[in-house]
Amino acid sequence: MPTVTMTVNGQQVSRDVEPRTLLVQFLREELGLTGTHVGCDTSQCGACVVHVDGTSVKACTALAMQADGSEVTTIEGLANNGELHPMQAAFKEHHGLQCGFCTPGMVMSAVDLLKRNPDPDEDTIRHWLEGNICRCTGYHNIVKAIQHAAKEMRG
Amino acid sequence: MYGFEYHKPSSLDEAAKLLADNEEASLIAGGHTLLPTMKQRLAAPSAIVDLGGIADLKGIREEGGNIVVGAITTHDAVAGSDVVQAKIPAMARLAGGIGDPQVRNRGTIGGSIANNDPAADYPAGLVGLGAIVRTNKREIPADDFFVALFETALEEGEIVKEVSFPVPEKAGYAKFHNPASRYAIVGVFVSRGPQGVRVAVTGAGPCVFRVKEMEDALSGNWSADALKGITVPEDELNADLHASAEYRAHLVGVMARRAVQAATA
Ligand SMILES: Cc1cc2nc3c(=O)[nH]c(=O)nc-3n(C[C@H](O)[C@H](O)[C@H](O)COP(=O)(O)OP(=O)(O)OC[C@H]3O[C@@H](n4cnc5c(N)ncnc54)[C@H](O)[C@@H]3O)c2cc1C
Ligand code: FES
Ligand code: FES
Repeated sequence: MPTVTMTVNGQQVSRDVEPRTLLVQFLREELGLTGTHVGCDTSQCGACVVHVDGTSVKACTALAMQADGSEVTTIEGLANNGELHPMQAAFKEHHGLQCGFCTPGMVMSAVDLLKRNPDPDEDTIRHWLEGNICRCTGYHNIVKAIQHAAKEMRG
Repeated sequence: MYGFEYHKPSSLDEAAKLLADNEEASLIAGGHTLLPTMKQRLAAPSAIVDLGGIADLKGIREEGGNIVVGAITTHDAVAGSDVVQAKIPAMARLAGGIGDPQVRNRGTIGGSIANNDPAADYPAGLVGLGAIVRTNKREIPADDFFVALFETALEEGEIVKEVSFPVPEKAGYAKFHNPASRYAIVGVFVSRGPQGVRVAVTGAGPCVFRVKEMEDALSGNWSADALKGITVPEDELNADLHASAEYRAHLVGVMARRAVQAATA
């Protein structure tokens, strides 16, 4: 089996894997990072979104081998010394989740948006979330949370 | 998904050799078509050749007045490119309207055109501008590249290297998208430039096609009004649960007029 090496949440990890191992399987099953969810497994729902070299990707639609040598950040890597990332804090504060299943992907996707556009309007946020499906909230409070996080992060 | 060997060559020659040595091998670029197909076991390559390590295949440059886009350039990179936005804004908008942000962060122009999905956006852009596809073996005009449903002029083991787009005087793209997948139910790309006046339609039929009657009308009078009353026959158009052939035929007219209205220099 080939060896895959990547930096996950700041730590270098190396494992022998079957080439067909998906990135999401690698994170959940090899590394035990179960914050990244599998909703559809068909590239539609965005529950599995993580960052690879700083951009958001659906980890169910990438091979672990394709991330060899990359920097990967998962929802577990966002908080800093036990302090929630402003996006996580805003989802909590503004009730941006109900069951929480979509939340890790929503948060990772939203963090990527703010990197590109620190001050997105509501329309931009809603368009950006086209790849993230939530079956509970109706999106309203998710959008609100992202707007508040953006304000917080702009300082 | 069945098992396979994984290779990540660092040159095009090495990739071509791996394909030649493994009859059942498949290239992977963004993986956003191939991996879902493999999960469904509709494809089961014995080996995967990852193009992601070939630096020459990535990036956008200007060359002799054309815009050249490397095969593994992502949709997001095309949408956000300063050169594309300045020279062919319609192409930047087309790329920025593919799927969702995460699909655009992974999916590539080479993978999209090699796959030739009847509802994909890029085929309309390439044919609508009269682009040239360069492979590791030859140059193929877009008009000859897209052959039929999921079929291209690519031969066994042939690899798309880059796509060269002539810069148009005016170009516009309008798509009526499927609200779930964002693929085109009908998309029309129009342009006027070095390759003449072009009207290319995706999503409506089994493969991208041009509408000569619309091109002639726009050659005489570049305006949405010039297209009034021009229809396309519905007999060869797609019909599925999203739209009937009759509705698609109607949408071709509507999208063509919107594309002309949206066309910018
Ligand atoms: C949820 C979702 C929504 C989408 N929505 C849209 C949409 O709205 N519009 C749209 O146009 N597309 C859409 N797509 C498809 C997306 O654009 C894909 O990126 C594209 O179809 C394939 O590109 P890829 O780089 O992922 O190719 P891959 O999946 O890696 O490869 C696809 C095929 O092309 C071959 N190939 C790849 N690169 C080359 C090359 N350089 N030379 C020769 N052969 C090659 C591979 O062997 C494979 O057979 C969507 C996909 C998903 C998952
Ligand atoms: S699990 Fe990856 S998109 Fe749904
Ligand atoms: S909170 Fe339940 S799916 Fe989004």
